[in-house]
Amino acid sequence: MTTALEKTTAAKDRPVPGTPLLEVRDLHVEFKTRDGVAKAVNGVNYSVAAGETLAVLGESGSGKSVTAQTIMGILDMPPGRITSGEILFRGQDMLKMSGEERRKIRGRKIAMIFQDALSSLNPVLSVGYQLGEMFRVHQGLSKKEAKAKAIELMDRVRIPAAAQRVNDYPHQFSGGMRQRIMIAMALALEPDLIIADEPTTALDVTVQAQVMDLLAELQAEYHMGLILITHDLGVVADVADKIAVMYAGRIVETAPVHDLYANPAHPYTEGLLRSIPRLDQKGEELYAIKGLPPNLYKVPAGCAFNPRCDAATDLCRTESPALHQVTDRDGAELAGRKSACHFWKETLHG
Amino acid sequence: MPERNEDIPDHNDPLRNIQPTDSDHLDYVGQQGLAVEQETLIEPDPVKREQARSLWGDAWRDLRKRPTFIISALLILLLIVIAIWPGLFTNADPRAANLTQDYLRKPDYTDFFGAGWFGYDGQGRSIYARVLYGARASITVGICVTLAVTVLGGLAGMVSGYFGGWTDSVISRIIDIFFGIPLLLGALVLLNAFSVRTVWSVVIALAFLGWTQLARVMRGSVITVKQSDYVVAGRALGAGTGRLMFRHILPNAVAPVIVVATIALGGYITAEATLSFLGIGLQDPTISWGVDISSAQKVIRQAPFALFFPAAALSVTVLAFIMLGDAVRDALDPKLR
Repeated sequence: MTTALEKTTAAKDRPVPGTPLLEVRDLHVEFKTRDGVAKAVNGVNYSVAAGETLAVLGESGSGKSVTAQTIMGILDMPPGRITSGEILFRGQDMLKMSGEERRKIRGRKIAMIFQDALSSLNPVLSVGYQLGEMFRVHQGLSKKEAKAKAIELMDRVRIPAAAQRVNDYPHQFSGGMRQRIMIAMALALEPDLIIADEPTTALDVTVQAQVMDLLAELQAEYHMGLILITHDLGVVADVADKIAVMYAGRIVETAPVHDLYANPAHPYTEGLLRSIPRLDQKGEELYAIKGLPPNLYKVPAGCAFNPRCDAATDLCRTESPALHQVTDRDGAELAGRKSACHFWKETLHG
Repeated sequence: MPERNEDIPDHNDPLRNIQPTDSDHLDYVGQQGLAVEQETLIEPDPVKREQARSLWGDAWRDLRKRPTFIISALLILLLIVIAIWPGLFTNADPRAANLTQDYLRKPDYTDFFGAGWFGYDGQGRSIYARVLYGARASITVGICVTLAVTVLGGLAGMVSGYFGGWTDSVISRIIDIFFGIPLLLGALVLLNAFSVRTVWSVVIALAFLGWTQLARVMRGSVITVKQSDYVVAGRALGAGTGRLMFRHILPNAVAPVIVVATIALGGYITAEATLSFLGIGLQDPTISWGVDISSAQKVIRQAPFALFFPAAALSVTVLAFIMLGDAVRDALDPKLR
């Protein structure tokens, strides 16, 4: 298909796969509320390269979504407040940019896919209008051209009979189709980076796999960076290159996806992996990490995970662990593997 | 599963080889029969397919079926026609006075559409003609005040709700101050500032005092809509403030404002009549039901009909607009019923 979409791809400076796109450095975000100050993000570091998929894994309240919102610049401020840190996008600190500069990056360079496609689409506007809006706002196309591009995009995310459905309203589509539209919208301007905030949580299981496959394919085609925020370990395994596990606003472990599944280096990750129900477990009680995620107004002293950790010692209750570089038994560094546990050696090799 | 992408030229495109599942399609079909609709799917027929329906489209379909809407809409249509071309319905001159012959002459109910149908008032003028010509002042005041109030109040409420913070505080306090001014007292002071009081001075006075009600409704509505995911998503995809406000928030926030405005329209007509009745609204060369009610009140013992007809016209008009407002509210927000 010779499409205008492909022409724009050629014209644009696509980042070379492997070059770093986004780097979050020591990000701290807190929320000032009536009940006190909630420290939602406490020193997060991660980076994504072009063509790479980073999965950010964590329970509700672990700060994964807040980090994403901060990157997008859609954090509600107040009550939110970025106390320190840098967010470098292709080397430039976005937190130092003006509102207008950031707005120009949103949608064009970094786009976001939201969890609930129904509530993320405007109910009073047709999907064609909303898709076309991307082109009208960012590229100044006419209504007619924008609509043609909208149809093309809907086709691209494999919505059947796109030309007939372009004037339909969001409520006339199924959940899977709506999420495809959200993906189409994020892809519209072929951004360098896509942040997908739990893109499949609201879908049913059969549709989840399709949507993830579609996302992964399109990502590979455009060499985009992808940050996939999720709490679903199953979704992550297939598509991610590396994983960052978050707990209480911190990254507790990072690792290439298969290493993490094979051999976690943090008790929290270990617990998460053990809580996945398995078919051969029939009749046995399911494992659950004891206790509750920490109250962000009062994060426990020392390692935030210590009240729920079976291996916690006095050291864990007093001293917050640094993010250690993980090594193998012979002391050789394992690439990309870090763990914020005092006893990562015991967890990994024990 | 039948091949659906026949019309798409490139079969080699790897992206096209994966077909969406059935479950996706079934939803597309909607609530109708599956077997029949499967075919429509294969060859989507734009005529057979259910029309894409917007919120307003839905509201309109709902409205058309309501008797209250049909009755009130027809009445309002008739009133508007009367207001624009009162001469269509009578040959009598509403200002022609023949005191010697027609002073408080009783109605001649057999004289359909004639000058004497509703009788004559205390200055020997045809009440029927005056009721017809009086519609213009009332309808003009009602519609113009509503428009002004919707635009002014809507804008203030939008800005206040969208930006929040100190902007919101300032606008909200101004609204509070205006809420403290009684309508009649405020209008009395304002209208006394005009040397000649026309329909427009009444419109200005009522709009000035009335915008706050709409501003409050709009503000609340915008605050609710502002937090919705699609507004956040719009911002995340690079929409600017103006686009978010007017393209995404306004259409979703405007329904309650329209409902309140339609119902308030009847209230503004009453307010005009009240002001005219008290002698601080419209003045005599302008024909107004309020003025006529006021002058008829002095002769109520001798000629109750002189009071009855303008009062009835006023009541019917207000009723029509309130009924319309009710119907619109039910159509736009079924939860409020």
